[in-house]
Amino acid sequence: MNGVLFDEPGPRARRRTRIATAVTVVAVLALVAAAVQRLASTGQLDGDLWAPMLDPSSEEFGPVWDIIGSGLGVTLRAFAVAAAASLVLGVTIAAVRLSLGRTARIPLVAAVELLRGLPVVVTIFLAGEVLRLVDSGISTFWALVLGLTAYNSVIIAEIVRAGVVALPKGQAEAGLAIGLTPGQVMRSIQLPQALRAMLPAVISQLVVVLKDTALASIVFNDVQDLLYAANRLRLVLDNSLQAFVLIAAIYIVLCVVLDRAAVWTERRLSRSRPTTTAAVAPAEETVTRV
Amino acid sequence: MDPVLDNLDLFWSGFLRSLGIAAWAFAGSMVLGAVLAVFRVSPVPVLRAVGTAYVAVVRNTPLTALLFLFAFGIPTLQINASFYVFGVCGLVVYTAAFVCEAIRSGINAVAPGQAEAARAVGLTFTQTLGQVVLPQALRSVVPPLGNVQIAMIKNSAVVGAIGVGGELFSVYARLSSAQGYERLPVLLGVAAFFLLMTLPAGALLAATEKRLAVAR
Repeated sequence: MNGVLFDEPGPRARRRTRIATAVTVVAVLALVAAAVQRLASTGQLDGDLWAPMLDPSSEEFGPVWDIIGSGLGVTLRAFAVAAAASLVLGVTIAAVRLSLGRTARIPLVAAVELLRGLPVVVTIFLAGEVLRLVDSGISTFWALVLGLTAYNSVIIAEIVRAGVVALPKGQAEAGLAIGLTPGQVMRSIQLPQALRAMLPAVISQLVVVLKDTALASIVFNDVQDLLYAANRLRLVLDNSLQAFVLIAAIYIVLCVVLDRAAVWTERRLSRSRPTTTAAVAPAEETVTRV
Repeated sequence: MDPVLDNLDLFWSGFLRSLGIAAWAFAGSMVLGAVLAVFRVSPVPVLRAVGTAYVAVVRNTPLTALLFLFAFGIPTLQINASFYVFGVCGLVVYTAAFVCEAIRSGINAVAPGQAEAARAVGLTFTQTLGQVVLPQALRSVVPPLGNVQIAMIKNSAVVGAIGVGGELFSVYARLSSAQGYERLPVLLGVAAFFLLMTLPAGALLAATEKRLAVAR
């Protein structure tokens, strides 16, 4: 779209662009300078606040990265289990909702709407309480996984359902015409196509799952995930700013890797099936996952 | 449900305070997000880069980490404010990235011929965007933008966790730990008050979508 909003710049537009560029660069530099100045004057650039995390020759470097590493492990494990469970459950919910009649699906739709309207933190809290009622010895890790799964499976179900609804009617009709049962049509014709078309939206929801694992630090005090590691580091090393900046950077790297993997998968899939996917995928879907 | 009914006034004031947080974050994120969206489609490459970098960084950071950074990192720079202000700022910074993307997708959804026609009659970039593209983008922007803001309302629950005080999250903390009520009923009360915000917002969004969809 960018090329559409403005013409190939002429001499005056080029001059304006140069002026705007200069102004922006100056503004950004001023902002950076002010930030650096502030960091320096409050002593936040001091080497000993950063060295334990960034300087391999520092004696704290090893223990610090052990903490970060084990936090990373917990985050990735929670993400992997919750993501896999959300995918399976989400596809199942979508298939069931689409197969049920208008009245039979009312309870399911109500449950979906309720879960969609709740903040994930509240869902995780609720999962913790429910699990405690069932078995008081169960680890909070599973409460986190359950809470994340309950919320995200419902969202993924909605994405998959939108994908099935967007398929041309002829797909299901053709399946029924050659004698497949409605269940077979769903499983072998509609769901595979819907999943492929909705893959970008599904993956961006998985990025949300990854980010939401960080909520563990708010809800429980014993899920030792990446953010927990940050909190531990900042209390020991007394470097709140530095610890959170580093951990945020690790989260960003993880999410970007996941996102790149999504783009790569999407390219591969659309290469093998060039026609059907493009027609159904609503591009805006991907931006609404917060 | 006694714990909820006994403390209904506490829940109500918590609800209003949470609503206040959401209202500030709504206003702030709309303004910042719109500015960023204009950056991202502008003819100035540096501005585009600034917008892209902002979105890439903020969208991939967990809100919880961002809020902790605001609440515990910024004060080390001797910039002091209440947790309420830090919380709202964190939520604004986070939500703006998503608002920016929603608006940009809306701009992209306007038929290219519209912008081309505007340019053909000699409108500048600002005029093309302000008088031709954005008014039309508004229509296709409503659904994604609405979803972003409903998600923001839900995310505002996280803001309470950094210790703002007075909102629904701290009502839960206060009743369940300090006053020793059963946790589950209190939690269900908090959940109900959040639904009181998100379900009407969802219905409002659906109604607006329906109204706007007529012309297409």
